[in-house]
Amino acid sequence: MSDSTAGQRPGDSEHDGDQLPGQSASDQGETVSAELRKRVIGTPPPAEARSMLGTPAPGTAGVPPVPRPRELPADPQNPLGAKRAERVVAACFVIATVAGLGFIAAYVILPVHSVLRVQHSNWALGLTLSLVFLALAAGAVFWVRNVMPDVQLTEARKPLRSTEEDRAAFQTTFEEGTQASQIVKRPLLRRTLIAASLPVAIAPILLLRDMGPLPRESLDHTVWRRGLRLLNYGGNTPIRPADFSSPGGMITVVPDGYQDDFNALAKAACIIIKFAPGQIDFTSANHPVPGKVVENWTVDNIVAYSKICTHVGCPAALYEQTTHHILCPCHQSTFDAPRGAKVIFGPATRALPQLPMTVDAQGYLVARHDFTEPVGPSFWERGTTA
Amino acid sequence: MRSITLRRRHPAAGYAVVLLGLLIAGLCYAAVTGIGAASAASQRVSGGPLIAEGHYLFIAECSECHGLFSQGTPSGPSLIGVGAAAVDFQVSTGRMPAKELGPEQPRKVVTLHPQQIRALAAYIASLGGGPAIPTQAEVSPAGANTGLGQQLFVADCAQCHNFVGAGGALTYGKFAPPLTKATPRQIFEAMLTGPEAMPVFNDTTINPQQKRDIIAYIAASRTEPNPGGFSLGRVGPVTEGLVAFLGLLLFMVFAAMWITAKHGNAHE
Amino acid sequence: MSIDRALSGTGNWLDERFRGAKGLRAVFRKLYPDHWTFLLGEVALYSFVILLLTGTFLTLFFKPSMTEIVYHGTYVKLDGVKMSEAYASTLKISFDVRGGLLMRQIHHWAADLFVAAILAHMLRIFFTGAYRKPREVNWLIGLVLFTLALLEGLFGYSLPDDLLSGAGLRITQGVLQSIPIVGTYLSFFLFGGQYPGHSIIPRMYILHVLLIPGIFLALIGAHIFIMYHQKHTQMPSKGRTNTNVVGAPAWPYFAVKTTALFLFVFAAVTLASTFVQINPIWIYGPYNPLAISSGSQPDFYMGFLEGSLRIMPAWQWVIFGHTFAFNVFIPALLPLGLIMTGAALWPFLEQWITGDKREHHVNDRPRNAPTRTGLGMAAVAFYGVLWAEGANDVIAQHLDISLYLVTWIARIAIFVVPVLAYIITKRICLGLQRKDLHLLEHGVETGIIRQLPSGEFIEETRPVSDEALAKLARPEPLALPAGRADGEEEVPARGMRGGVGRVKARLNKVLTESVPMNGHGADGRGNGHGPDEHGAEHARAAIGSPEPRADDSADGSGSPH
Repeated sequence: MSDSTAGQRPGDSEHDGDQLPGQSASDQGETVSAELRKRVIGTPPPAEARSMLGTPAPGTAGVPPVPRPRELPADPQNPLGAKRAERVVAACFVIATVAGLGFIAAYVILPVHSVLRVQHSNWALGLTLSLVFLALAAGAVFWVRNVMPDVQLTEARKPLRSTEEDRAAFQTTFEEGTQASQIVKRPLLRRTLIAASLPVAIAPILLLRDMGPLPRESLDHTVWRRGLRLLNYGGNTPIRPADFSSPGGMITVVPDGYQDDFNALAKAACIIIKFAPGQIDFTSANHPVPGKVVENWTVDNIVAYSKICTHVGCPAALYEQTTHHILCPCHQSTFDAPRGAKVIFGPATRALPQLPMTVDAQGYLVARHDFTEPVGPSFWERGTTA
Repeated sequence: MRSITLRRRHPAAGYAVVLLGLLIAGLCYAAVTGIGAASAASQRVSGGPLIAEGHYLFIAECSECHGLFSQGTPSGPSLIGVGAAAVDFQVSTGRMPAKELGPEQPRKVVTLHPQQIRALAAYIASLGGGPAIPTQAEVSPAGANTGLGQQLFVADCAQCHNFVGAGGALTYGKFAPPLTKATPRQIFEAMLTGPEAMPVFNDTTINPQQKRDIIAYIAASRTEPNPGGFSLGRVGPVTEGLVAFLGLLLFMVFAAMWITAKHGNAHE
Repeated sequence: MSIDRALSGTGNWLDERFRGAKGLRAVFRKLYPDHWTFLLGEVALYSFVILLLTGTFLTLFFKPSMTEIVYHGTYVKLDGVKMSEAYASTLKISFDVRGGLLMRQIHHWAADLFVAAILAHMLRIFFTGAYRKPREVNWLIGLVLFTLALLEGLFGYSLPDDLLSGAGLRITQGVLQSIPIVGTYLSFFLFGGQYPGHSIIPRMYILHVLLIPGIFLALIGAHIFIMYHQKHTQMPSKGRTNTNVVGAPAWPYFAVKTTALFLFVFAAVTLASTFVQINPIWIYGPYNPLAISSGSQPDFYMGFLEGSLRIMPAWQWVIFGHTFAFNVFIPALLPLGLIMTGAALWPFLEQWITGDKREHHVNDRPRNAPTRTGLGMAAVAFYGVLWAEGANDVIAQHLDISLYLVTWIARIAIFVVPVLAYIITKRICLGLQRKDLHLLEHGVETGIIRQLPSGEFIEETRPVSDEALAKLARPEPLALPAGRADGEEEVPARGMRGGVGRVKARLNKVLTESVPMNGHGADGRGNGHGPDEHGAEHARAAIGSPEPRADDSADGSGSPH
């Protein structure tokens, strides 16, 4: 229904530019009847007549429509209870107001910039804010349940399937449109259209190519190389075997020069473990890949293993000096340190790679060369079982 | 089954089912808890002086498991060479004398007083040397660098003891204990001597200043307040998730039940 | 000018431009069926709104950058420590912005509640059969929303670049890398090169604040619009049928109630943020790829994926120079894949098995669909075992159980517990149905004992109330199309032929297994004596006498029951 003054209909003249209920009383019933009054003169009633409205028949000019039967009671059924409830609701809202002011006060008054002050500020701000919401919520619920009249209405559901006429009309419109578009009748047009859309559809995927470099061989190597010193992480000092002399000792080591390079450390971080004489047992029968790891990669019963777990890459750092097990805390992959860090429990499938070590001229621990296998989690291109 | 179905309306039937459920749950839990192998022996490096009182105490309190001459028995390792620091740590935390063999010796009530502990330590040190008890100055975290301590701690300690020393699980029933009660000296000694499953971090691996940094980090962590509220033991997302379900969601369910309940006071 | 006139003046101004009166009236008058379980989806919705509000606040202060700086801020324990700008800015929000910690915590608690509410809502929809026609599309949208919520949460808690969430990112990268053929490429493209690189935080940031919320807004809008357009379902009750809607109108009832719910959600997360600390990143420290803590878990909603990684035995194949890392990509793909695919296919599978193509607007009581409820509980049990295993080291530490033993128990439980859950749940449902049937057939016991002239004692019953009757009575199950007789043989109906048809028939029998509720006399009045197979349950009716009860001697037949 259009009420614009531009749409003049015969008989509308007396309601030209009639500002709707701005002039008359503004309650909903009057608004509806004013609208109906405008509609009645000369115009047919809406096609989908809502029977509840009691739309008057066309032609009954000037007669006010039959008022709609009231759907919702104006007042609650239990006035005394409602009055009591109103007081409760008001109390809740007052609490909310006070709490809200408290929030503003707490924000202005309480400083931060220290852990203890943040604790106090958090309590104050949080308590006041919670109270605001809680009080408002409780007030709203009391209001709905105890002040508003109780109401249950029923209305019908229509089946969701469209009516046959609507479906037929849609079918017609769609078919006519498709025919008018000529796309079915003109294969040249159609096929070239499809051909044209294909490359541009691939373009967004293509544009993602430079999101990253290709992996190529980078997963196969770390920064370790011949002569690179092992640094004791934290202090970042090189290590002499004589210093790392207590059997049962373990420490995290990083390659010299890369202590702040996370990309390097994510593959190159290692742990070194000191064993008592006779505890290391790298005999072929015990190692997952016979002959792969040899004792001359150790120095003075000190072994270096990659710290990066071969499961999904967490640092496998938990070392139990009594059982000689290296345990990764993420998923409990367990590696047997004296026997080449072979897997003895958990989801990891491969032993921790061993870093080949020797000592340099100054007596510090250095790498002999890089690991002889890729470090860290498995990947498709990784071909060895070690 | 008839015997069960006939009596299912008995007044005590409900209680019987609950009791049976509790019994089964309890039996299952008892079967799985506390299992683990006793910790194996480990060798240590030697050093220290001798005192007769310590010897006497040793015979009374320790020799049954560690042997009359501290040579070790199947129940306890040899203490020759472990050093005064190890003794001080084990006895001052109450772990020793051990009351029962198990996967791990937990911290418990200390049964010897400090003078006796010093004597015991001196005696053991006299048997074969080993790390000495550090002085107060050596372990004091005053002026230490907590930032460096944090870096060292997360690289070498947190994987067992958790970010701030709340403790963690090890294999076969062992655990890395929480660091809430350890004194600076005990922390120093633990690093130095590597008790039970803990690795040894001697003074040339993590030097005394770095040890002090770590102690400072631990001390600062455990004394700092929790600004966000109750910390749930600083366990992390596991407890947070439990609160989300058993706290938040349940609260919302109750709120929803209240909002949609029938028959407020206005009706009636 | 009074408020009334201002309002109606505005209303008129808008109406002259938008013709809104009819449409808006429909919105105001729309009826909303009332049941507390219907509010779970709204809890999720309002959690999302809170996430938007608090998240916007956080974006004003957060720096999504992995550039390393040396920290010299308020949190002196980390003074001098190198960290990313992302981590430093999060410390700043926590300690140097008033209300910053509160907003961070509300944001995180709301995220947890969001996912928890989605889970509860999803289970409610499943157990009441509200996913049936015409709501299958909405169910599918819901599943997508659930998966997106998991992703959004993962990216969100990984943004501060702390040690705990960084470990999770490393695990994500390791899982990605293990995918056959494309794994390394996916990993390098996502991280902009080797792990960790410098791109992941800014990329996750834009996914977290722009892309995924955009998709959420669109899908949540669609989800709610579909619900609005199709009208909400209702619980079986007096006066509620498949062709009506009973409830209170939106204006003012639903409007105020839903606002109250929103305020309650806000109150709940704010209370939690005041009293319970969440994600204290200052304790975790900045991320370092060589550092890790014991007891590292992701947020609870990722827990089941973590558990599946922990439960998996070491299994890989290396063939022709290529690795199939089953130990990684099976746990990553199988549990989530199973649950999501199963859930997505279920409405259509159920439709195929039962042949039921009717519209359903009245919910089922879960007990009235025992097989469906059992299957749902089996899925919950499966999810639950994996979730618990995700916390296996915390369980081992705090309940003093050996670490490996927890994993072994989980490895067995993952197969045994869902089966047990199915069986037990189904039996419970059938038992509850029998209880309802008993009520229908015998009426409600009044506790009044009467002595008949013959000397026999009986207990009087009264008819079940109308309200309860509407709830208890179950609609007739739809029978599969019957075959037609063709001479001596019976030709099965079209959908029932061949091997597939036989499978369908058998599945139908299992799926619709239920206690028949609408037999003779099951009308709530206690007139019926029930079908004969109920035997012992009728022992209560009369002590020692073969006669029927005096108050229901309608047939007066004196037949034993």
